[in-house]
Amino acid sequence: MSDATATVRTERHPDLPPPATTVGVLGWLRTNLFSSWLNTALTLLGLYLLWLIVPPLLDWAVFSATITGEDRTACEPNPGACWVFIKVQFWQFIYGFYPPDQTWRVNLTFLLFVAGVAPVLIERIPGKKWALFYLLFAFPVIAYVLFVGGVFGLPLVETALWGGLSLTLVVSIIGIVASLPLGILLALGRRSKMPILRMLSVVFIEAWRGVPLISVLFMASVMLPLFLPEGVNFDKLLRALIGVALFSAAYMAEVVRGGLQAVPRGQYEAAAALGLSYWKTMGLIVLPQALKIVIPGIVNTFIGLFKDTTLVAIIGLFDLLGRVHTATTNAAWLGMSTEGYVFAGAVFWVFCFGMSRYSIRLERKLGAGQRRR
Amino acid sequence: MAQAQVVKAPSDDVVIQIVGMHKWYGQFHVLKDINLSVYRGERIVVCGPSGSGKSTMIRCVNRLEEHQRGQIIVEGTELTGDVRQIDAIRREVGMVFQQFNLFPHLTVMQNLTLAPMWVRKMPRAEAEATAMRYLERVRIPEQAHKFPGQLSGGQQQRVAIARSLCMNPKIMLFDEPTSALDPEMIKEVLDVMVELAESGMTMICVTHEMAFARRVAHRVIFMDGGEIIEQNDPENFFTHPKSDRTKLFLSQILGH
Repeated sequence: MSDATATVRTERHPDLPPPATTVGVLGWLRTNLFSSWLNTALTLLGLYLLWLIVPPLLDWAVFSATITGEDRTACEPNPGACWVFIKVQFWQFIYGFYPPDQTWRVNLTFLLFVAGVAPVLIERIPGKKWALFYLLFAFPVIAYVLFVGGVFGLPLVETALWGGLSLTLVVSIIGIVASLPLGILLALGRRSKMPILRMLSVVFIEAWRGVPLISVLFMASVMLPLFLPEGVNFDKLLRALIGVALFSAAYMAEVVRGGLQAVPRGQYEAAAALGLSYWKTMGLIVLPQALKIVIPGIVNTFIGLFKDTTLVAIIGLFDLLGRVHTATTNAAWLGMSTEGYVFAGAVFWVFCFGMSRYSIRLERKLGAGQRRR
Repeated sequence: MAQAQVVKAPSDDVVIQIVGMHKWYGQFHVLKDINLSVYRGERIVVCGPSGSGKSTMIRCVNRLEEHQRGQIIVEGTELTGDVRQIDAIRREVGMVFQQFNLFPHLTVMQNLTLAPMWVRKMPRAEAEATAMRYLERVRIPEQAHKFPGQLSGGQQQRVAIARSLCMNPKIMLFDEPTSALDPEMIKEVLDVMVELAESGMTMICVTHEMAFARRVAHRVIFMDGGEIIEQNDPENFFTHPKSDRTKLFLSQILGH
């Protein structure tokens, strides 16, 4: 073999900048919006549709809208949205018929809740263990006393007066907090080796998942009193809460079960071989992995539950949507339903979007450094 | 060859006694009349074609599989349905799996300290010191704070061995520990196992690494069709196999 035919590169080729058409704004536009004739046409069509929809929407919601004034006469000169309706009714949308001089109790409860939840959810704030302890044991008692009253000189506020966004939050937070542990227990029960436990879990889950939430709530408010002995009467809100919690627990159980099935058998075996008991295996090895896998499903259930709380209106509890709906039927504000529902929709969206973003952050955080083989 | 000539068990102290053990998967008779005594400090290599029941047999020793007939006595305790007895035996019997089975959500250090802290109730500082000692022994102390997914297969298997050792077991079971590894990583795991063997640990090892068997085993067991066909010291096992099935297996595994 002669050296004359072999070519050997002796110096390293320098790195060159990528061509201008693949990076920067131009590159982005090219690859994402105008990569082919079809995509170019679709991009232009999309822009046209936006031009059709957005300006009138902005005009209605912002430019021609009314925000000053105290009643509907203020809105009459303007063709746009009458946000005065929302402004006037705002506190009722938040607190329902909770006595206005007592609403500080709702606010305080909410602040105490945020104070407990922030350390649990946000990594930078220390004291997670204490916060969790406080949330699980101290806060429920404090919240109950503050909301219901009747002790320590706080006037009693009947649950029939509760309403608006505060009621939505009470129902959904209690539903969420109760459904996760219950759902986990049901999921474990369904995968248990004990036949009776397994059968009970299956029956529970299938029975609750098989009926609409509306009928659960309806049964809770109308049918249940028929079966109870004379004089025994549960609070209507309490009945709805139990219904919502058990209903979402059944859904949660199936979500968690999906996660449990995704944990490889080897993990159970390794834990068993080390002598870990059933509960330690579940608590330390299996559930942390299973729950991480199903975070999207869990948050999905939470979001569904949050929005399903609007159904309590069917049994005469007025959550945010119920209050808005009632307000639109008020003779003084007839014809304001668009503003009302847009407002209610926006509030629900903010909460649900917040949950969704948090779940994405949580997934990223837990996924860091744990590449799966 | 010097090690291969060890014929007698290193002690008379029986740590595992399997008597007339049978196991079925549904209708399928997986293990047939297994009789085996393992002495303290003895190193046994179990080999045989796939599906011969060798993994199932050692998995019965720490009750990852349940046997339906016969007796298994480990350290004087018989394996029955009693959960407390099962847990007591599992504390004394370490196991290393083909697929490593490290806990992916925990760091290497947490993998090693979890069982000592939660099962043996060892204080954290002591558990971490023990873990570090075993990580040094398997030669990867610098990986302590990584997650298993960041390690190579060979490193993961060495962590798995260290994890078992942290429980200070009296017996170690190895279920094809090198079968899932790339060839260049097999040696680093076998080196650790040889070193462990030299420390006098009682070991039962299901493996196809015949060089390893020759070097460290006191006894080689050949299984086929759910039965123990033949057992002998490595020297005689490899040079004078008695049954035809053993001869066939050896010619297949050593032939290429």
